[in-house]
Amino acid sequence: MPLVSFHDVQKTYRSLQGVDYMAVEHFSVEIEAGEFFCLLGPSGCGKTTVLKMLAGFEAPTAGQILMDGRPVTGASRDRGVVFQGDDSLYGWLTAVENVEFGLRMQHVRKTERRERAMRYLELVGLNGQEQKYPAELSGGMKQRIQIARALVNEPKMLLMDEPFAALDAQTRSLMQIELASIWQTTRTTVLFITHDIDEAVTLGKRIGVMRAGPRSQVKGMVEVALDGARSRTDDVFLRYYKQVYEMIRDEVAKSIARAE
Amino acid sequence: MHSRRLRRLWSVYGGYALGFVSLFLIWQLASLYVVSSVLFPPPTVVFRKGVLLVRNGVLLEHLSASLQRIMAGFIAGSLLGIPIGLAMGSFRPVRKLLEPYTEFLRFIPSVAMITVAVIWFGIGEASKIFLIIYTTIFIVILNTAAGVSAIAPNKIRAAQALGATRAQIFVHVALPATLPYILTGMRLAMANSFTTIVAAELIAANEGLGKMLWDGRLFMLVDDIFVSLVTLGLLGFAVDRMFRWSIYAFAGKYSPAT
Ligand SMILES: Nc1ncnc2c1ncn2[C@@H]1O[C@H](COP(=O)(O)OP(=O)(O)OP(=O)(O)O)[C@@H](O)[C@H]1O
Ligand SMILES: [Mg+2]
Repeated sequence: MPLVSFHDVQKTYRSLQGVDYMAVEHFSVEIEAGEFFCLLGPSGCGKTTVLKMLAGFEAPTAGQILMDGRPVTGASRDRGVVFQGDDSLYGWLTAVENVEFGLRMQHVRKTERRERAMRYLELVGLNGQEQKYPAELSGGMKQRIQIARALVNEPKMLLMDEPFAALDAQTRSLMQIELASIWQTTRTTVLFITHDIDEAVTLGKRIGVMRAGPRSQVKGMVEVALDGARSRTDDVFLRYYKQVYEMIRDEVAKSIARAE
Repeated sequence: MHSRRLRRLWSVYGGYALGFVSLFLIWQLASLYVVSSVLFPPPTVVFRKGVLLVRNGVLLEHLSASLQRIMAGFIAGSLLGIPIGLAMGSFRPVRKLLEPYTEFLRFIPSVAMITVAVIWFGIGEASKIFLIIYTTIFIVILNTAAGVSAIAPNKIRAAQALGATRAQIFVHVALPATLPYILTGMRLAMANSFTTIVAAELIAANEGLGKMLWDGRLFMLVDDIFVSLVTLGLLGFAVDRMFRWSIYAFAGKYSPAT
């Protein structure tokens, strides 16, 4: 049984003018436990919509989302979330206090939660920065805090919404390497959203490519049979890149045409 | 080392010092050469009169009367306004229910309420404190509610995904995220309280800085009027500085810019 399954999920947004917009329709996907699943698609196709529904922040208007065989009805500690921007961090808490927030809500004792938070700060390479406030940290560091904050709660699954999109190319590729190694050690199931083919092929075990909206769904799947360190100059890497590129090219064109 | 500290002090307070000195200098020159009249005393005369009024305790009596009223009303108004603002910002039905009150009442200036206050509560302390509460509460409510609706939805969502309950989200996310707005509202309310208390004391009071102004007019004690005015200015300045300082000291980390 897959850990997560979307069955014919539909999401219709009602706009302020009363015009409905069906972002996704008949969206079906299954994610196995321990898998690193990348969801790739052109801007505005509904990737965040899918993540918000699985996280439990929004309910589907039709269809069903199951986790461990049970319908998702609201946000839960089972699904840690890393948001696209940095506006989810608590500016009045230090880095380590941000990371231990979830444990504090669970009434874990102070010494224990501090110790666990420090361990995860170290895992994301932030030792020495724990007493700084988010405003004093760089964009990459803030995303690391978000990752540590989600991981320390030991969720069954990690949902990441373009976590590195706002970073510069060097930092992004560094973060990708670190995330890959974190995943190697924790083997947490990951739903990773991106619009960057390179990133998807670098990180994903499986890549789901979405159509342009409205009524978006998964157009096709690419299974990446690469292990460990992946090099962008490998022939195999390039082959996967091309395969995904062929699949998404038309969708990007459509999404640009519709926007005009 | 020493000179660097001096330079730092100068860069922080130098502008202020210069500004105040020039203010009194211009006043002095204006009253000596431009409008030379007993109706516009120079700062030296006002200062001498001020010292006299401090010595015989009159100024302190007026000052503490006004300050006590402001503090009582300001604290009560804030304590009422903060939870109401939080509730209005958090729950749509509450906002719908209370908005008519706040939107209607906040356009009736507290100064216009003086007559009603005196009729209802007499010319004692109660009417003054009522007026300060009235002038405080709406600004605090409005700012607090605005602060709640300005919370990034992702802050709430992150807490939900970390397993926080609704009550925990309120205490650990909504409240701290709103604190800078609350403090800003209180600071504005404090400034308004000064206007209100003087107006109220002008019309009906037995002591207070406003009463001092009124007596000055009645008995043509022009120097007293100016002592009261300067006291108001200095007091307002000091209280506002203290407010800013405490925001900075206790809540600096809550707001990126103080
Ligand atoms: N709250 C909302 N109300 C109305 N329409 C919405 C809402 N949220 C999203 N949409 C619409 O749904 C579609 C999908 O949005 P979504 O945010 O899921 O896209 P996305 O794939 O994450 O895009 P991006 O890559 O730019 O982040 C868009 O056309 C958007 O305009
Ligand atoms: Mg998105």
